[in-house]
Amino acid sequence: MDQSPGSAMAAAPAGTFLPLNEQEQRCYSALFTWCQADSAGTLSAARVAELFRASQLPADTLRQVMEVCGAKQQGYFGPTQFQLVLKLLSAAQSGLPVRLESIKGELPLPRFTGMKNYAEDRYPAFSQHGDPRGPHFGGTTGQTQRWAEDRSALRHRENSVEKQQEAQAVSRSPRNSPPASPSNFPMSAYSSQRNGGADTLLSQSVHSPPRSAAQQDGSSPSHRGSRPPVEQHAVARAYSAERLVDHNAEDYPDDPWRITEEQLEYYTNQFKSLQPDLGALILGAVAKDFFTKSKLPIPELSFIWELSDVDRDGALTFREFCTAFHLIVARKNGFPLPESLPPSLQASLVAQDGAPPRPVGEDSFFGVPFALLEKVPVPPEKTEPLISFEETETIQQGKPRVEKQSSVAEMNISKHDVIEEPSQCVSTPKRVGEVQDKCTENTNTVTEIPDLVYKVDPHMRPRSRPRSYSSTSISDVVKKTEVPPTPPPRQQKTHSRASSLDLNKLFQHSSQGLKSTWLTPPPPALPPRPPVTQMQHFTATAEQDSQKALQQPDFADFSKFQEEEKISKQNLSCDATVGAEGSISPKTGVGLSQPLLQKPTRSKHRLESQNLDPSLSSFPAFVSGNKPSQKLSNRQKKEIQMAIRKNRETNAVLARLNSELQQQLKDVHQERIALESQLENLRPVAFV
Amino acid sequence: MMTMLGGEPFLLVSKQEQQNYPLYIRSVPSDSELKFHYTVHTSLDVVEEKVSAVGKVIVDQRELYLGLLYPTEDYKVYGYVTNSKVKFVIVVDSSNTSLRDNEIRSMFRKLHNSFTDVMCNPFYNPGDPIQSKVFDSMVSSMMVQTC
Repeated sequence: MDQSPGSAMAAAPAGTFLPLNEQEQRCYSALFTWCQADSAGTLSAARVAELFRASQLPADTLRQVMEVCGAKQQGYFGPTQFQLVLKLLSAAQSGLPVRLESIKGELPLPRFTGMKNYAEDRYPAFSQHGDPRGPHFGGTTGQTQRWAEDRSALRHRENSVEKQQEAQAVSRSPRNSPPASPSNFPMSAYSSQRNGGADTLLSQSVHSPPRSAAQQDGSSPSHRGSRPPVEQHAVARAYSAERLVDHNAEDYPDDPWRITEEQLEYYTNQFKSLQPDLGALILGAVAKDFFTKSKLPIPELSFIWELSDVDRDGALTFREFCTAFHLIVARKNGFPLPESLPPSLQASLVAQDGAPPRPVGEDSFFGVPFALLEKVPVPPEKTEPLISFEETETIQQGKPRVEKQSSVAEMNISKHDVIEEPSQCVSTPKRVGEVQDKCTENTNTVTEIPDLVYKVDPHMRPRSRPRSYSSTSISDVVKKTEVPPTPPPRQQKTHSRASSLDLNKLFQHSSQGLKSTWLTPPPPALPPRPPVTQMQHFTATAEQDSQKALQQPDFADFSKFQEEEKISKQNLSCDATVGAEGSISPKTGVGLSQPLLQKPTRSKHRLESQNLDPSLSSFPAFVSGNKPSQKLSNRQKKEIQMAIRKNRETNAVLARLNSELQQQLKDVHQERIALESQLENLRPVAFV
Repeated sequence: MMTMLGGEPFLLVSKQEQQNYPLYIRSVPSDSELKFHYTVHTSLDVVEEKVSAVGKVIVDQRELYLGLLYPTEDYKVYGYVTNSKVKFVIVVDSSNTSLRDNEIRSMFRKLHNSFTDVMCNPFYNPGDPIQSKVFDSMVSSMMVQTC
């Protein structure tokens, strides 16, 4: 800044003149430089907010201070405003009402507690780097520095409980607002978180050496700032044998909630040990086992989980894991658990990659919701991280100096702005539905949710858990998706139709020589061609034996008769009539009764008719003779026996076939019954 | 069983399965607290009766919300059962006529959400009393809002 703080401080808003004594000047300039976040004349609202908190004044007072100093009108904290602020703070701390009049007189310097680290850390840096703000010290850099250190040492004596309350008070007053929200408020939460833990530690450390095995000595003030992170490292060392690192990260050297690079690396390694894929989730049970090793009490671990599982899916992403781990580390170090997630941790959650958290200005945005600890409308808290996921770019765009400028202006933003923010959340592409739900819900309610994103995410999918209360009947789902039972194994080489079973049996028995005969429904016995020939032989032999008197034609005729009789006996019941007289009729009968054997019978018939005609006339006696009957009976017996044998054979074959078919029929029946029963079993379920 | 008593009495109970022991009890006014405890316990019978009456296989949210269990002379009792048979009971003072059914439903919904969040915490064993600060704060805010 070009102007020297002295001259700038001499000016005053609305023309009032603020005389500053040398002490105040120095103090104010020191504070001013400390609060300056950039080279412009404006101050980091975050730092100013910290100052506010450090002053340990009630919220109302601080509000008044803000109003009076005119920063609101100006939109930012200029040097004049800063002076006024400091003056008013001191006045308030002295018990005077916050008025411009009250600061006219001589006032002690405002007291700030817990600001030592910042002041101390800043000054060496400034002086070393020849900071352009150096001249602001009024040329007495060294002196100012020392003085500032003394000053801050003084401030550090006092402690942070009130600061925390004040932070909360301060945070309550400013309402949340659009991206260009006051950047100073985040610090209230941030430092409240930090102070709650850090200051107790710091205060203790001021008076006594640090508890943990930090490498630094507690006496050196410049190292105090690094102590909390150092202690965290010590705890990290307790987990493994990693070396401690002295240096702190860039912006917040003494921010215990900020994950340093070393820590991040360590967490990454731990994450990989649990889950090789950095993009994957660690399940709740796994994480539980892992964190239980830290020997923290379960309720605390439970609370840490609630803080870190921002999407509430029961599993930890890498970011969430780092957050949880960091909280555990901090807790191990003695930091009391924050009520809500600190902004720096939240920023680490938000960071898309492993980049370190953004500087104050941007963090403030995310920290804003968490600044509102009590009676905070949910949407900002919930949606901030949501927005940050998607709208980081826009946020950063909107952030620029406008943030700081408008920070003061928006301190008095009412709840309406808070409610307006939900409408902005709607624009987040991700989880819009749930965000809207939450927004609408919380426009009606003012809920105290110190915790993080109260996401309504499904347990199943990471980062999204729609609340569906309709319980699906698992059994239904299972049964619906149940693979239909495999059909019964098909019988190979079998057919379902009973009729074709015959074919199967047919093929099976083909080797038995029945193939040709079963092409059609089993016909009766075979055409006895061979028997005929046999009969002929028989008859020939029989006649030769018994009918020597017969002449050849008679022999032939007789043979014919024999054949006919045999045939008739074979094919019919005992209609065979012995003798020529009845031969014709049997022949015809034979011919008629056995259409299947028409051929042979016809042929025989023809033959026999041919033979019989001549024989009929000549041997009527033969027909009725006993001799022929005897001969016939012999032959007949044999023939009959043959026929019987044949019949029995065919009968046996048929019977066997029948039994096999019956068996197959039974099998098929049983299969059908089984299938039907299965169908019955399945049917009622399918309809539910 | 989760109980919550409202300033104008407002009691919320959630119970679990057959054991029916309270997981969480909260009441705003400390006076006549026993009376609300008693009321909650007796209302469990009504809850179970309603639950058993629901013979349908599919349970949707409408059936999760049991509605007014029974109005007594002083207060009304609302019931809600989750899919895991955890019961919530809210006792509201009858004089608090501003509470409409929709509001009660939304309260139950929020409770269910918070309860689910608690359940998702791997460090929480189902059946333990709920000690989640988040849950507490949510319940407090709800009770404050209605009072």
